[in-house]
Amino acid sequence: MGELLKEKICEHCNGSETEFGEIDAIIDYYKGKDGCLIQVLHAAQGVYGYLPLPLQRHIADSLDIPVSEVAGVVSFYSFFSPTPRGKHTIRVCMGTACYVRGGKKIVESLEKTLNVELGGTTEDGKFTFEIARCIGACGLAPAIMIDDEVYKQVTPSKINAILAEY
Amino acid sequence: MINLTINGKAVQAPDGSTIIQAASLNNILIPNLCYLEKSHAIGSCRICVVEVEGAKTLQASCITKAKEGMVVKTNTDKVRNARKVLYELMLSDHNQDCLACSRNQDCELQELGKTLGIDSSRFEGERLPALLDSSVSITRDLSKCILCRRCVTICNEIQGTNILNAQNRGFSTVIGPSMDLELGEVNCAFCGQCTIVCPVGALTETSSTEKVWKALNDPDLRVVVQIAPAVRVAVGEEFGYPAGSRVTGKLASALADLGFDDVFDTNWAADLTIIEEGTEFLGRVKAALTGGQSLLPIITSCSPGWIKFIEHNFPEQLGHLSTCKSPHTMMGAVVKSYYAEKIDIDPKKLFVVSVMPCTAKKFEIERPEMMNDGLANVDAVITTRELAQMIKTAGIDFAKLPEGEFDKPLGLSTGAADIFGVTGGVMEAALRTVFELVTGRELPFDKLHVEPIVGLDGIKEATIKIENTLPEYDFLEGVEVKVAVTSGLKNARVLMQDVKDGTSPYHFIEVMGCPGGCITGGGQPRSDDPEVRSKRLRGLYDEDESKTLRKSHENPSILAFYEDYLGEPNGHLAHELLHTHYTKRGVYNELDSALAESEDVKKEETVTVKPEVEVSPMAVQLHKRDISGAKAQQEVNAVHNLALESENARLKSEVEDLEKTIETLKKVIVDSSNK
Repeated sequence: MGELLKEKICEHCNGSETEFGEIDAIIDYYKGKDGCLIQVLHAAQGVYGYLPLPLQRHIADSLDIPVSEVAGVVSFYSFFSPTPRGKHTIRVCMGTACYVRGGKKIVESLEKTLNVELGGTTEDGKFTFEIARCIGACGLAPAIMIDDEVYKQVTPSKINAILAEY
Repeated sequence: MINLTINGKAVQAPDGSTIIQAASLNNILIPNLCYLEKSHAIGSCRICVVEVEGAKTLQASCITKAKEGMVVKTNTDKVRNARKVLYELMLSDHNQDCLACSRNQDCELQELGKTLGIDSSRFEGERLPALLDSSVSITRDLSKCILCRRCVTICNEIQGTNILNAQNRGFSTVIGPSMDLELGEVNCAFCGQCTIVCPVGALTETSSTEKVWKALNDPDLRVVVQIAPAVRVAVGEEFGYPAGSRVTGKLASALADLGFDDVFDTNWAADLTIIEEGTEFLGRVKAALTGGQSLLPIITSCSPGWIKFIEHNFPEQLGHLSTCKSPHTMMGAVVKSYYAEKIDIDPKKLFVVSVMPCTAKKFEIERPEMMNDGLANVDAVITTRELAQMIKTAGIDFAKLPEGEFDKPLGLSTGAADIFGVTGGVMEAALRTVFELVTGRELPFDKLHVEPIVGLDGIKEATIKIENTLPEYDFLEGVEVKVAVTSGLKNARVLMQDVKDGTSPYHFIEVMGCPGGCITGGGQPRSDDPEVRSKRLRGLYDEDESKTLRKSHENPSILAFYEDYLGEPNGHLAHELLHTHYTKRGVYNELDSALAESEDVKKEETVTVKPEVEVSPMAVQLHKRDISGAKAQQEVNAVHNLALESENARLKSEVEDLEKTIETLKKVIVDSSNK
């Protein structure tokens, strides 16, 4: 199982030694404070877009926390991602209301349009495609979110127009 | 004392007790699963819940402190029902292929079901696919894991190796290294302490019993077995003996009955280790005291979990390690050279099995350094637990066996070797020999036990003043030799940090990877006796005291081995057979030359401490015993020198070739840059 992962990571670091200096100031600021790991991971994902193993190791070493613990936190929270993410994140709401009003059809249609499976990232790295459990916009069902933007009463026919904005 | 009521009875318990402790002191047993009294009380499994009057919910008795006037009920309908549901939920996503599990009938989850009177679950949870991670030493079967987190505590809090932690969430939760890496890919020391605490079959040693059965059934192989000191005071527990019982004689008989052709004792090689390591120690101290170059403290190298740990975590400090191989690999090397010659057999037809209290030894024998003439020193390592299993499978009635003996010549050992299995033992054995060689007097301690370093404390130290030395050791006159002893990798890290910072005050440090030493190694029987460590410790000291010969340099078989075959301690042949080098690995294996493809890189990145050229001090002593057969030894040395010279010539010509190539390449570069 590890082999596959190494390949995945190396694809993006080109096998070279990766430097993560950009977050060292953040690490220095948080180091030694209770609960600092999540803050640092949050910042690191903001800077690098995702949290590959070499970055997790850098954070583990800098904060003096075992990397197995860092990876445990990364894999526990769904908003942390160890694999590269697209420039934009599409979240299709699958809460009860959206589901009933056709959320599933939107998922199928997006899979076809983007040519990517649920949870994956498009080949051009533009979109990461996920589902969300209710985004609190039940009155606008079915709804999708792209980054922080909410789109209401989406139908498969509207999708191309929405994606064209990005 | 606290006064409280448990199940209607007024009871007392010491201040600070938890409910489960207070109940147990008053003979009320509360069922539990994840709880380990001294090391793991986090209330994760909740099986030990009880009703506490005034509390809104049931309380986990392993983490709830008993309080004055508390009223506790441990056996109400509510409590029993809660435990039942909890147990059923645990079963709901547990791989219940019990008949095919190595822990069948020795499983704490099974035992708990019996205690609670539950034999099936109403629930069906989402199960992990069968995920098997099998390293050389340890196998993880994640479908059996019940997430009790005992292994996480052992790995992080006790050993400080920090390999295992909870990953993912919900039904996908697994205990393991980061990012689904396998144990064999990370900096796991393979100490195996996790396999001892695992209540189920999720963490076990990687079995080698099939390999051993196959060798035993092969008519072309002569199968040699050796047992480590700590096995003889623990294997009895698997056959109903109390913890710490000495069953050496029966063990020797059992091994013969299993069909091993030669039953040798790793103790013999432990005595050999003392001669080699003692010589190395005196050599380094002499160099340090007489202005030469020398790296102190010297650190013991018998524990392969410790070796892998230092290679990962302190790769720049490997020069401090003694170059001695561990005793069982020394034994393997001797069996396939000296013994093969003695009984006139092709070493390829010898199969050496080591019975060890250790899971890391399984990794150790796979190291490329543990080979001589293309043959592995040791072919298979089985743990104490695996041996017990083999004895049971073979239908041997252990308790009724006669008291057997080890075979000659590699079965004779002194008491100093017995204590190799317990923290402080290697140091004491070394001091018994070194002190006597240097001063001509016996080590001045009651029963020869260096009292400050006996016992189960994590870090121990002693200072021994050397006075009135023999003339050839006058460089040690008045020197206070400072030694430290530690066991458990977290403690070892503390001492190593000082070594790294250059502030370590010691000359000699003994490190054993498992807390308490090999007596509670990762391959030893699992015990529910809280005093198991001290009982096994006592067992080994008793074994030592029961012998007439108690100092390694008094072992006649060892002396004969030097005379007939090896020559001098730390001599050329000794270096070839009995000494090794270490590999810089790094925390993330980033330095590991074993992963690099190029042979050259491998050579560069390994550290070898060069043999002392001058005649070693202990050799002087051995010569004094009037060694006959010095001629034979000279011949061996002559052959060895020739071999070294030719190797030297070959390397020189290789270097010349390389230099020529470099010149040519330089010209090409100059030419092309001119163009």
